[in-house]
Amino acid sequence: MLTIDNLDVWFGDPPDRVDAVKNAAFSVAKGESFGLVGESGSGKSTILRAVAGLIDSWSGRIDVDGRPVHARRRDRAFYKTVQMVFQDPYASLHPRHSVDTVLSEALGLQGMGDIDRRITKLLEDVGLGKGFRFRYPHQLSGGQRQRVAIARALAAEPRLLLLDEPTSALDVSVQAEILNLLVDLRAEHGLTYVMVSHDLAVVGHICDRLAVMQHGRIVEIMSVEALRKGEGTQEYTRHLITASA
Amino acid sequence: MTQSLLQVRNLRVTFPSRQGEFHAVRGVSFDLGRERLGVVGESGSGKSMTGRAILGLVRPPGRVTADRLELDGESILNLPERRMRKLRGSRISMVMQDPKFSLNPVMTVGDQIMEAYRLHAGGSRDIARQKALEMLNAVQIRDPERVMKTYPHEVSGGMGQRIMIAMMLAPDPQILIADEPTSALDVSVRGEVLSIMDGLVRDRGMGLIFISHDLNLVSKFCDRVLIMYAGRIVETLAASDLHNARHPYTQGLLSSLPRLDAPVKRLPVLQREESWRDGELQIKLSGKI
Repeated sequence: MLTIDNLDVWFGDPPDRVDAVKNAAFSVAKGESFGLVGESGSGKSTILRAVAGLIDSWSGRIDVDGRPVHARRRDRAFYKTVQMVFQDPYASLHPRHSVDTVLSEALGLQGMGDIDRRITKLLEDVGLGKGFRFRYPHQLSGGQRQRVAIARALAAEPRLLLLDEPTSALDVSVQAEILNLLVDLRAEHGLTYVMVSHDLAVVGHICDRLAVMQHGRIVEIMSVEALRKGEGTQEYTRHLITASA
Repeated sequence: MTQSLLQVRNLRVTFPSRQGEFHAVRGVSFDLGRERLGVVGESGSGKSMTGRAILGLVRPPGRVTADRLELDGESILNLPERRMRKLRGSRISMVMQDPKFSLNPVMTVGDQIMEAYRLHAGGSRDIARQKALEMLNAVQIRDPERVMKTYPHEVSGGMGQRIMIAMMLAPDPQILIADEPTSALDVSVRGEVLSIMDGLVRDRGMGLIFISHDLNLVSKFCDRVLIMYAGRIVETLAASDLHNARHPYTQGLLSSLPRLDAPVKRLPVLQREESWRDGELQIKLSGKI
């Protein structure tokens, strides 16, 4: 579904150029769920943003669904395949747009008809009733906002969902609800996930495989079983596992 | 019983709102000795508000009432701002969540620590400078001379938080209130900052109130834990006993965490019950059993 090879991402121009990601390579199969972990500044979110088309200063290869993507231009088919959910549901929803506006705009952008029925369906999918349709973000809790953000991403009926720390702004009890929702949605819609998180337990719960990043490089790619057994081959991975246990 | 540093009885924080009064903290009582006391709860449970009320940082129209709020036997409830300012920093300090917002962006780190110290202890610039260097050393900053001259934007989050801790501990307060001091930090830095804080608190025999939403972190780091729900303390536990929690809310919080060593298909979701808000509670005030 997603293949990344030889990916470099940088910010700024020499002499102030910062290489945020260096020579990253991994691939994610259809229906798989892949995690990216590492400390802040390790480049994990940067990879996600480069895939989503939010950063254009990169080189290397990003293939989505077997087709290489262009650094600057993405066609409508791309955005129909790939959608993203951001970290902070308090910042990612427009404060003066109701849930209805947010979702109908997303549906309209994808050229979808039958918007009324689809909105009801989307809200149902993410576990919000019809009663939430005309609410504004300030009338929603953090968990409910994140559900709306997920519904917005699902509006395009994507096959690849990029999740950037989707639960780190939420309370643990709400985190459990959102993680369950993500597991259910993946099973129902046959989605592929790439999830960034600093929480190994969360990645362990959602993902099948993960890449450990440090200083812009992928130091190790491992399965979640290996992670659970504490079988990192790299010293940094083991350090991360002990620090989060 | 050893003398408690801080006594809180029936603390209430109320805000007027269009729907009538909103009670953010509803009758919180506890004693703090020379110990590390964790306060855990979800957002909106009133844990931060409790900390702010103790420091007199609740702004009008918010109202703080209590049957008793005593620091070392002396009432600190609703003191005039000028007297409160004398206490704040020198006897009770607070470390906030995000160093980016609590350090002054246009003052060097050294100047800020020296200002904080001289405000309370007085003394010459030289003494303050010595103290600042000593404090930066105490929080394990490797090159304190260089860090003294930097501005907050030039240091990392973990270092910023260590600078905050250094600044707050420079006047030797009796009580440190730490409000989510590590949630803005990476897992790998978190451990370091915590162990530094732990060491300082223990060496100086201070009382620490550690406010956090992270149950596991608190259970590892504190001696005693208060669990807050909807503005009240629903359970007090020795940190080592956290996993024998009796209140369904505490149990629910613990089980909703994903765990690496115990994978599950679905995470149990917390079912809130109306009775948790106002049900009968039995709360032990002091840690000495």
